[in-house]
Amino acid sequence: MALKMVKGSIDRMFDKNLQDLVRGIRNHKEDEAKYISQCIDEIKQELKQDNIAVKANAVCKLTYLQMLGYDISWAAFNIIEVMSASKFTFKRIGYLAASQSFHEGTDVIMLTTNQIRKDLSSPSQYDTGVALTGLSCFVTPDLARDLANDIMTLMSHTKPYIRKKAVLIMYKVFLKYPESLRPAFPRLKEKLEDPDPGVQSAAVNVICELARRNPKNYLSLAPLFFKLMTSSTNNWVLIKIIKLFGALTPLEPRLGKKLIEPLTNLIHSTSAMSLLYECVNTVIAVLISLSSGMPNHSASIQLCVQKLRILIEDSDQNLKYLGLLAMSKILKTHPKSVQSHKDLILQCLDDKDESIRLRALDLLYGMVSKKNLMEIVKKLMTHVDKAEGTTYRDELLTKIIDICSQSNYQYITNFEWYISILVELTRLEGTRHGHLIAAQMLDVAIRVKAIRKFAVSQMSALLDSAHLLASSTQRNGICEVLYAAAWICGEFSEHLQEPHHTLEAMLRPRVTTLPGHIQAVYVQNVVKLYASILQQKEQAREAEGAQAVTQLMVDRLPQFVQSADLEVQERASCILQLVKHIQKLQAKDVPVAEEVSALFAGELNPVAPKAQKKVPVPEGLDLDAWINEPLSDSESEDERPRAVFHEEEQRRPKHRPSEADEEELARRREARKQEQANNPFYIKSSPSPQKRYQDTPGVEHIPVVQIDLSVPLKVPGLPMSDQYVKLEEERRHRQKLEKDKRRKKRKEKEKKGKRRHSSLPTESDEDIAPAQQVDIVTEEMPENALPSDEDDKDPNDPYRALDIDLDKPLADSEKLPIQKHRNTETSKSPEKDVPMVEKKSKKPKKKKKKKKKKKKKKKKKKKKK
Amino acid sequence: MIQAILVFNNHGKPRLVRFYQRFVKEIQQQIVRETFHLVLKRDDNICNFLEGGSLIGGSDYKLIYRHYATLYFVFCVDSSESELGILDLIQVFVETLDKCFENVCELDLIFHMDKVHYILQEVVMGGMVLETNMNEIVAQIEAQNRLEKSEGGLSAAPARAVSAVKNINLPEIPRNINIGDLNIKVPNLSQFV
Repeated sequence: MALKMVKGSIDRMFDKNLQDLVRGIRNHKEDEAKYISQCIDEIKQELKQDNIAVKANAVCKLTYLQMLGYDISWAAFNIIEVMSASKFTFKRIGYLAASQSFHEGTDVIMLTTNQIRKDLSSPSQYDTGVALTGLSCFVTPDLARDLANDIMTLMSHTKPYIRKKAVLIMYKVFLKYPESLRPAFPRLKEKLEDPDPGVQSAAVNVICELARRNPKNYLSLAPLFFKLMTSSTNNWVLIKIIKLFGALTPLEPRLGKKLIEPLTNLIHSTSAMSLLYECVNTVIAVLISLSSGMPNHSASIQLCVQKLRILIEDSDQNLKYLGLLAMSKILKTHPKSVQSHKDLILQCLDDKDESIRLRALDLLYGMVSKKNLMEIVKKLMTHVDKAEGTTYRDELLTKIIDICSQSNYQYITNFEWYISILVELTRLEGTRHGHLIAAQMLDVAIRVKAIRKFAVSQMSALLDSAHLLASSTQRNGICEVLYAAAWICGEFSEHLQEPHHTLEAMLRPRVTTLPGHIQAVYVQNVVKLYASILQQKEQAREAEGAQAVTQLMVDRLPQFVQSADLEVQERASCILQLVKHIQKLQAKDVPVAEEVSALFAGELNPVAPKAQKKVPVPEGLDLDAWINEPLSDSESEDERPRAVFHEEEQRRPKHRPSEADEEELARRREARKQEQANNPFYIKSSPSPQKRYQDTPGVEHIPVVQIDLSVPLKVPGLPMSDQYVKLEEERRHRQKLEKDKRRKKRKEKEKKGKRRHSSLPTESDEDIAPAQQVDIVTEEMPENALPSDEDDKDPNDPYRALDIDLDKPLADSEKLPIQKHRNTETSKSPEKDVPMVEKKSKKPKKKKKKKKKKKKKKKKKKKKK
Repeated sequence: MIQAILVFNNHGKPRLVRFYQRFVKEIQQQIVRETFHLVLKRDDNICNFLEGGSLIGGSDYKLIYRHYATLYFVFCVDSSESELGILDLIQVFVETLDKCFENVCELDLIFHMDKVHYILQEVVMGGMVLETNMNEIVAQIEAQNRLEKSEGGLSAAPARAVSAVKNINLPEIPRNINIGDLNIKVPNLSQFV
């Protein structure tokens, strides 16, 4: 025996320790994988030895290899062996390895329960500590259930070191075993006032995490936290509490009112930026919650905005970033107070830090108004030109489009300007957002009728210009714009100035280099264009001109017929035959234009993207009902197909009469209505705006737009959006002058009539009349569409289980299981099946509390001994 | 909650990987790699927050990092943590390392990953901040080190002697010493305080 030990220790001398392993790996840079696999073999040998020190050393090395990405799950059992070593040194190694590699799927984890319980009650605080730390990383529902009571006891340990760890780990236990929350909560609450600041901080930490997920259950703790906030000097604790209040205030506006004052004081007094920032954040949250029903807290908003401005102006990039982040929260409810800092935010767009630029962009999105939209977009366009790196430029591009199109183009007063912005954006090289620009062009052209003429002229210029066609394969993306351009020119061809010219542009040989789906649109729209040209020519009685156009089509279409893309080929050959037929008719002097344009008669209306989803299920149609009787499961797999046909034939005649039974149908319908009424997720039918819109028949009700000709419609060449900015300014100036005149007149009148107006005339957004009277056509929705915003909660959310009422008194059945011997397990099991609701209904209130006190006393006595 | 704590050097070599949420080991390695590439792109004088840690948890999560000489310390946290607070916490962690290793440098982290873990365990437990007071942290670690010493340590006296012999005789020793060039030292930590 002794000999064996000596031999073991001699072997050990030549084992590698962690340092040797690391050194070895560094020396084998070329064949690292080979060296490591060799080491793993050695480790496997070491793990087979009896000596616990050797095993611990091996496990320590495995932990290192785990970090490098090697699988060590095979050693799980050895890790448990090392965990159960008596020496702290080894135990610590074992728990570290376990915390790095164990998870709920590790099957041997159930072997650890008793070992961990033993360690938790160890006389050495560090054994306990190490076990708690390890457990916090790999606690499973089983471990949580079995150890919850032991950990709860540790929450009142004499050593603060253990107490704080026990308090913290309770959060993990709650997550895995939600039933433990109610019994453990009173003690957790107690720990908020623990004499040790570390324990207190841990308790605050846990409750904040809990409250963040289900704030309403923790409102009753608000007074306690309020006390802590005014008394604590620990910034960590303060930050946590203030963050917690930020989550609570939306639920309890009265709390918010109380908070404003102490928070403002903190903002003024603290020197810690982190605390200041969180205070500002929570004040913002309070203001948001109050904004609905309260008179203005303009002083507090002013203070927040002012402090944030200081942060943003700071040279520290971190503060700048956070300042912008908080600013965007204010923006949602108090946009006016942020808008006054537009200069500062525009400055941030020039920042070298991309995170900050992106934040500033986010802010701009909320800051635009009818007044400043053009100016902001102009500024962004200069950034687009300057931006290096395509990702940021693409971000800018999407933001510009977002800003302009937000809430149904609310802030756009001049759509010609917007179209020209879109056209300018097409000059970006290498962007990935061609389809986005294209979608905008289509949307605007379809929905804003007044702009179609202008849009068509711009689009025909796009089709004509070569830059989009050039190297279309590389530019993957921006050529998408041509898709929109071709469609718009075809669909609204009546607005084209020189349709013949555009037709030629669309039939150029270079077009065949475009992607297939774009070519297909080209082909289709060439015909629309052709139809409208034919009509023009025939009306003008230019038979030769009409024939020339037909000849052009016949000459050029074959290039599409040869296309490799199926859709292009199919459409082209169809159309080629059509055109050839027309040519024959034209030769006989038959007028064809009417018939050709009849192919494209009627107008396409925009359809809302959600329309399909919102088609309501017709009365009496039950989508869940079986069409056939469900097949019984007992039938074996191979018999099934035969059975299906067999059954069907037999049953159909039988079932038809029963289904036609009117009474039965009515009864079912009633039942379903009942169910729908009780189902919170089913949205009841109510008259929606879309529905009302649908009720008015046809498109006639859409007012035809009157164009205010104060802006010249024709701008030679590609317009620079800047021109519009200038024009717009002039126009606004003129409007203002007119208004002033009117106002003066009114004032004179008022003087005469000696009337007083209490409201001062201020220039607001509403005062700016749009350049064109624009009607934005709403997207079509199906009849009886139901408004719905189903936002189902994720049923797998682990925090949902912790949504438990904590104020109800504790029932006996809810007490944490205390495991002493196996037989307790059996007595406990039926209890588990009782659902939570029933448990709560039992209220043996006072008795239980007394029992607890007695228990505590007993424990104290034990400790004294 | 803190979701993950990663420490890697300027070349992306992991020095400490601590996840508080379960990830398959391949994903862990991928997260380390991608985080490294995200962080590497950034200059030292821009902000220390990164959004879109799409790998870990989504939009609620932020990467908060600090760069010290050759090492990046990256914390992935959700919105319940204060951004500036976490920056302070990283500082506390690094200063604690500095105290425990006496002028910490990358080599200390390379060869004593286990000890670094033990120190971290006194700062963060299961993804939640355990202690922010540096004196308290150092006191606990020293007490545990004393306890380990009294037990004779992992490699007891004879083994230590042998490893000393191994160190002297082996020819590769000079090479190892060269690895630690002077720049690795964390320079003057106090400037961040």
